[in-house]
Amino acid sequence: MILLAKKQQLSLVQRPIRRYAPLFLLPTFAAFIIGFIWPFMQGIYLSFCSFNTPRDAKWVGLANYAKAFKDAGFARAFWNTAGFALVSVLLINVCAFFIAYALTQRMRGANLFRTVFFMPNLIGGVVLGYIWSMIFDGILKRYSTYLTANATYGFWGLVILVAWQQIGYMMIIYIAGLQSVPEDMLEAAKIDGATGTQSLFRVIIPNVMPSVTVCTFLTLTNSFKLFDQNMALTGGLPNVIVNGAKVNMTELLALNIYSTYTISKKWHGVAQAKAVVFFILVAVLALTQQFVTRRKEVQQ
Amino acid sequence: MNKKHSLYSPLSKVMSVLFALLSLAWIMPIIEVLINSFKSNNAVNMNPFALPNSETFMGWGNYIKGLTFGNYPFLKSVSYSLFITVASVFLILLFCSMSAWYICRVNSLGSKIFYYLCLFSMIVPFQMVMFTLTFTADMLKLNTPYTIPIVYLGFGAGLAIFMFTGFVKGLPIEIEEAAAIDGCSPVQTFFQVVLPMLKPTLISVGILELMWVWNDYLLPYLVLDRTKYLTIPIHVQYLKGSYGTVDLGATMAVIMLSIIPIIIVYMFCQKHIIKGVAAGAVKG
Repeated sequence: MILLAKKQQLSLVQRPIRRYAPLFLLPTFAAFIIGFIWPFMQGIYLSFCSFNTPRDAKWVGLANYAKAFKDAGFARAFWNTAGFALVSVLLINVCAFFIAYALTQRMRGANLFRTVFFMPNLIGGVVLGYIWSMIFDGILKRYSTYLTANATYGFWGLVILVAWQQIGYMMIIYIAGLQSVPEDMLEAAKIDGATGTQSLFRVIIPNVMPSVTVCTFLTLTNSFKLFDQNMALTGGLPNVIVNGAKVNMTELLALNIYSTYTISKKWHGVAQAKAVVFFILVAVLALTQQFVTRRKEVQQ
Repeated sequence: MNKKHSLYSPLSKVMSVLFALLSLAWIMPIIEVLINSFKSNNAVNMNPFALPNSETFMGWGNYIKGLTFGNYPFLKSVSYSLFITVASVFLILLFCSMSAWYICRVNSLGSKIFYYLCLFSMIVPFQMVMFTLTFTADMLKLNTPYTIPIVYLGFGAGLAIFMFTGFVKGLPIEIEEAAAIDGCSPVQTFFQVVLPMLKPTLISVGILELMWVWNDYLLPYLVLDRTKYLTIPIHVQYLKGSYGTVDLGATMAVIMLSIIPIIIVYMFCQKHIIKGVAAGAVKG
């Protein structure tokens, strides 16, 4: 009986809305097809083609993928990205968590500090890259060298830049998580004689696991998709020649895909094939990470 | 002991000092840019950390130069950036909230498919679609600042619809029913009843999209006709990446000009921005 009533109620709102589908759905859906669905499907198709523009595409089967996997630059970019992601996910999350933890304790000026730490997020990646390349070059000049002289400088430079940018963002998320830890739970732990460290590891951290899930997800996908900062800081330099092919030593995957495309039109298909591989990699990582950390969350 | 003292433990005072120093270090890069924007090109090259002296101080010279050099007036890029950002965010907020409401209220196969496609689009990196999106945008003449907001609506729909549906699901349907019984058409119901209730989510989504579009480099770089239209990030990239000698002092002035408006907005909307980021994360 209640079920029947519910159904009638729903239709009262539902039925008239349906007639307005063109108004409510069509603009977004049309733009979504133009901006996402069509380019996505065409992208998969073109990764099996040799092309300059989609009009002159010729089917070449898996040749682009074969070329992509043989490319030393792509392999180098993969290991750069993997290493970069590992280091930056750890560094950003640990720093952001402890800054958030400190700022949620009673402290004078906590709001001001929060404002300052978040600020770098408002600045675009390209601008950040140039600011930091000036700073790093200024420091390295004292040792008569420069940022793009050595791949190690470029790698750690990028880690510092991205940490500086993203710690503030993740800190905001951790602060929101920390503020939602139930007060009575902390008090109960205190009464039971838990030390500060014990309540941090046994009460607080398990309770902020949803924030940890979100932050590791964001930092992981951000690191894998990083482009602007990489391009503006080192542009992939320095490069070396391996077996007659140029390998950019500080390139991450996203930049490698772009620079492959710009080599010549012969490489367009290879760049698109790399993009498909990159998409699969990001998708698998994102889904696995969600699955793994979601299991560790506390049910409230 | 007065009350103020007892509020803060000695440890928290030490932490305050520590964090004050850390905050100062945190904004040093921006202060560096500010200092260097008043120095001559050579002085920036020689030692970017030195303060300007009477020889190297340029006054507003760099700013005046920065506004004009590179054959393209900086203010033109600023106006294109402004227009693209405002128009894109407006389109995304309006159309995505409408679609999200429809998806939540009409339980059809079509709206389910659309919803799952939106979720799917969130894990697809831009690199996957960037070349083909460029072709499509060129073909459909979406390569101007006046039409590129449609591309942003399309590529940004996923996150926006996901966040809006998350919120609409929590809205009590009874209010809308009451409106329907009182004779509201769905359009009236949406704009006069639902949309006002969505205000906090509109602000959160708006801020996330604003930060994305304003700072986005690659999409406008690939899609726009670059012989005619630049945005701020592309302009900065052109200054620094152009061949030949680059005037570092003037580049720093341009960077400073691009940062200042953001910082001013941040000062005024800080609470909303921080709330928006936190809200976006809960849903993400």
